[in-house]
Formats: sequence, structure tokens, C-alpha cells
Amino acid sequence: MVYLTRKVEFSASHHYHNPDLSAAENQRIFGKCNNPNGHGHNYTLEVTVKGSVDAQTGFVVDLKQLKEIMKREVVDALDHRYLNKEVPEFADQIPTTENIAIAVWKRLQGKLNVAKLHRVRIYETPDLWADFYGEES
Amino acid sequence: MKAYLTRRYMFSASHRLHCDGLSEAENWATYGKCNNPHGHGHNYSVEVTVSGQVDPATGMVCNLVDIDDCVHGEIIERFDHANLNMLPEFDGQVPTTEVLSVVIFDILKQSFRAAHLEKVRIEETSLNSFEYAGGAEIRI
Repeated sequence: MVYLTRKVEFSASHHYHNPDLSAAENQRIFGKCNNPNGHGHNYTLEVTVKGSVDAQTGFVVDLKQLKEIMKREVVDALDHRYLNKEVPEFADQIPTTENIAIAVWKRLQGKLNVAKLHRVRIYETPDLWADFYGEES
Repeated sequence: MKAYLTRRYMFSASHRLHCDGLSEAENWATYGKCNNPHGHGHNYSVEVTVSGQVDPATGMVCNLVDIDDCVHGEIIERFDHANLNMLPEFDGQVPTTEVLSVVIFDILKQSFRAAHLEKVRIEETSLNSFEYAGGAEIRI
């Protein structure tokens, strides 16, 4: 089993707000992330896949294919978007780093026809990131 | 759904690698220039990984403020700009980064309650890193 990781960057804006909570509770829990006008980050996405090395090609996965899937399924949908308003997953859930990792996993799952999706890692900043390994883990 | 959250912190500290049970020559052979009696320092980078179910109400494994408060209070204030050899946490232990990883993990295990502590990873320099998960295997 060999693990392979591909990285891509995108930039997006968001804010944290739970409509079921009062304004004061939202402010207490989310702090300045609750600013209704939003703020943004340069996100880095790392997708790790795993599989055996194909004896003929020497690949776990065709990187070109992985790169295209990541662009089509994730970057084209999230890059330069206001996540709360323009990405359907976040119409009813808060676009935290954790939830972005889960949403990206769901977007990629089933699209990788060769290797198995192992981990989705989203860096919100170089000092903060979330990992998701799938629902069963 | 279970997710993992990692936050990185920095502190700077000095240390000297020296084992009282070894001779001067053996210490030098074991630790080399890290055995310099005057000590030396590093900018340590500490990554703290926690895990838990993502709370549907907040979208969070735990609030970052809680991790930040705990790590600043328990780790940064204790170790930043300190000489590790002088601290009680290293009584009878050589303050290698392996030992520092275990010390920091154990402190956080006792003090951080908002999510499950998975792992501590420390970079002593950009070329050396150490990870400790309380004895558990570490997931890629």
C-alpha cells in the first residue's frame, strides 16, 4: 500500500452563524468569525489516496486524473466563492474547516475510480487544519 | 461525523542534553554539541491534534478558543523562553524533543477536556520532528 498526496489551493470567504442561536450566543461562540459581512482565507487542500502500485505504470493513481478531479469537483465550486451563499452544502451547515473537509470528502468520494480516498486535509491557515477520513472512522 | 483538528503553536526555549549517569566522554559521544554545558536553544513548533464528532450546532470538533486558552496557559507560558533543564517537568530526564513530546502530551491529556487529544507533533528544527500519541500508533 502506498499513499499519495496531491495539494491544491483555493481562496474563499465565509462567516460562522447558527440561525437557531441568539445574536449574543453566536457572538460568544464564534467571535469575530460571526461578522455577517464575512471574511476570507487562502485554503490549502491536501487529498491523500492509497492503493497498490500498478506493476505496469508504477502509479497508485494517475496524478493528472486526480488533479483534474480535484479541480472539477472542488476548486471550480469553491474558489473565489462566498461559501455560505454559493456552495449548496453550506446552505444549512456552518462552513467551518471541519465541515469543509467533510464536504470535500463527499464531493470526491466515488469519483476516484482507481485509488481509494484516504484523507482530506484542509488548511485554513498554516497554523490550523482539519482532517477527515470518512464516515466510518 | 468524526473529524480531526490540528492547531500549531510556537515557543522558544533552551536546553542541554546531558545524562548524569554517563561520563563526560560518554556524554560527548552520545550528544555531541548538544552537550555544550552552556546550553543552546530552538524555536519549537508544537502541533496539537484533537478529534471528536463535529457538533451540528457549531460545525466544530471543539472551539478553538478552548484549545488556545489551554495550550497558552499550560504549555506556552510554562516553556516559552525557559531553560528546559531547570524545569521540574524534566527532573531526572534529559530534555530531548522525544521527552518533551511525552511531557507536553501528558500535560494536555490532564488539562484539555473539550475534545479527545490525539497527538502532539513537535518540530525542533525544520529538519527534525517528533510525534507522540500516548503510545498509540500514529495515523497518516
